[in-house]
Amino acid sequence: MILLRLFFEFFKVGLFAVGGGLATIPFLYDLGARTGWFNAMDVANMLAVSESTPGPIGVNMATYVGFSCAGIPGGLAATLGLVTPSIIVILLVAAALHAFRQSRYVDAAFYTLRPASTGLIAAAGWSVFLLVLLNLPDFRAGGDLLTLFRWKNILLFAVIWVLTNRVKKLKKVHPVAFIAFAAVAGIVFRLGGA
Amino acid sequence: MPLLLDLFCTFFRVGLFTFGGGYAMLPLLQREIVEKKKWATEEELLEYFAVGQCTPGIIAVNTATFVGCKQKGLTGGIVASLGIVSPSLIIITVIAAVLENFAHIPAVQNAFAGIRVAVCVLILNSVVKLLKSAVKDKLTLIVFLVVGVGAALFRQVSPIWFILAAALVGITARVWLHAGKEGRT
Repeated sequence: MILLRLFFEFFKVGLFAVGGGLATIPFLYDLGARTGWFNAMDVANMLAVSESTPGPIGVNMATYVGFSCAGIPGGLAATLGLVTPSIIVILLVAAALHAFRQSRYVDAAFYTLRPASTGLIAAAGWSVFLLVLLNLPDFRAGGDLLTLFRWKNILLFAVIWVLTNRVKKLKKVHPVAFIAFAAVAGIVFRLGGA
Repeated sequence: MPLLLDLFCTFFRVGLFTFGGGYAMLPLLQREIVEKKKWATEEELLEYFAVGQCTPGIIAVNTATFVGCKQKGLTGGIVASLGIVSPSLIIITVIAAVLENFAHIPAVQNAFAGIRVAVCVLILNSVVKLLKSAVKDKLTLIVFLVVGVGAALFRQVSPIWFILAAALVGITARVWLHAGKEGRT
C-alpha cells in the first residue's frame, strides 16, 4: 500500500530531520535510493521547485515526492506523515515547556545534533555536486580527463557563487532570482544538451 | 470568525507568503500572530520559535502547532499545522502536474540543468551558514566531519543512525562526563 508507505516514510523524516528546511534532503536521498521512487537528479529538481515556491521547503519537498509517486493522495499522505511527529512532539513539549527549556539533556543533544545535521546536508550536497559538475559515467567509460568536468556547469557555478557571496548588493536578493537566472543560462547555453 | 477557522486562515496566509520557511517566516509571524491576532506576545513567539528549532521536524510546522495548541489544545494544533501546509499542498501539486507534462520539452530540460547548478550554490551557501552557527569548538567540528565524511562514504546507512549517534555523543560529552568531573572536584 503505497499511501501508507509514504505516510510512514515521511513520518520518519519528520521525526529525525533536525534543523528544518534543507535537513530533509539527506533523508530524501536515502528514501530515493531505498525505494527507487526517484533519483538524485530528481531531488535536485524538486529542491529547486521547493525553493522557488511559497511554503516551508520541507513541506514542499514532501508534497512533491508524494505527488510524483502516487498523485494527489500521495502528496497528501506524505505531507500528513511529515507533520504528524511535529504535532505529537510539540503537544508533549507544550505540556512541559519549562522543564524542556531548562533540560540539560535537550541542550546537550542539540549541541551535537546541529553539526551532525549540517554534516548530513553537506554529504547530500556533495552527491549533487558530483552529479551536476562532473560527468563520472563518461569519464569511467573513456578515461579521458577532459570529459570528467562539465565545464559550462562549473563556469555557471562560479558565476552564481561570486554573485551570491562577493557582490554586496545581491546578498539580500532572494534565491528565486538566482534560480531564474540559472534557468535562462541553462536554456541559452543548452546545459541539458537537449 | 470561529477561532479554529481563524487559526487555519491565519496560518494559511503565513504558509502562502513565506518563501523557504525557517527564519524567513519570523517577521510574518510577528505581524500576524503578535500584532494582528495577539495570540502571543513577542517573547512568547520567540520562545515558540526557539522550541521549534530544538524539536524534530519542520520549524515552521512546529511553531504553528505550538501557537495552535496554546489557543485551542490538540485540535488547535492540528488545525494550525494543516493551515500552514495547505498552500504548499495546492501550489506544489499544480506545479508538479504541469511540469510532468512539459518535462520532455528541450527548453525545460535545459532550464532545469541550469537550475541544478544554482541549487548546488544554494546548498553550499546554506552549509557554510549552518557551519558558522553549528560548529563552535573541537567537539562540534569532529561531529560535523565524522558525520559528513561517514554519510558520504556509507550511503547505505540511514541518516537516522547518524542523528541518534550524534545526540548520544552530545549527552555523553556534555551531561554525563561533565557531571563526572563536577563529582570529582
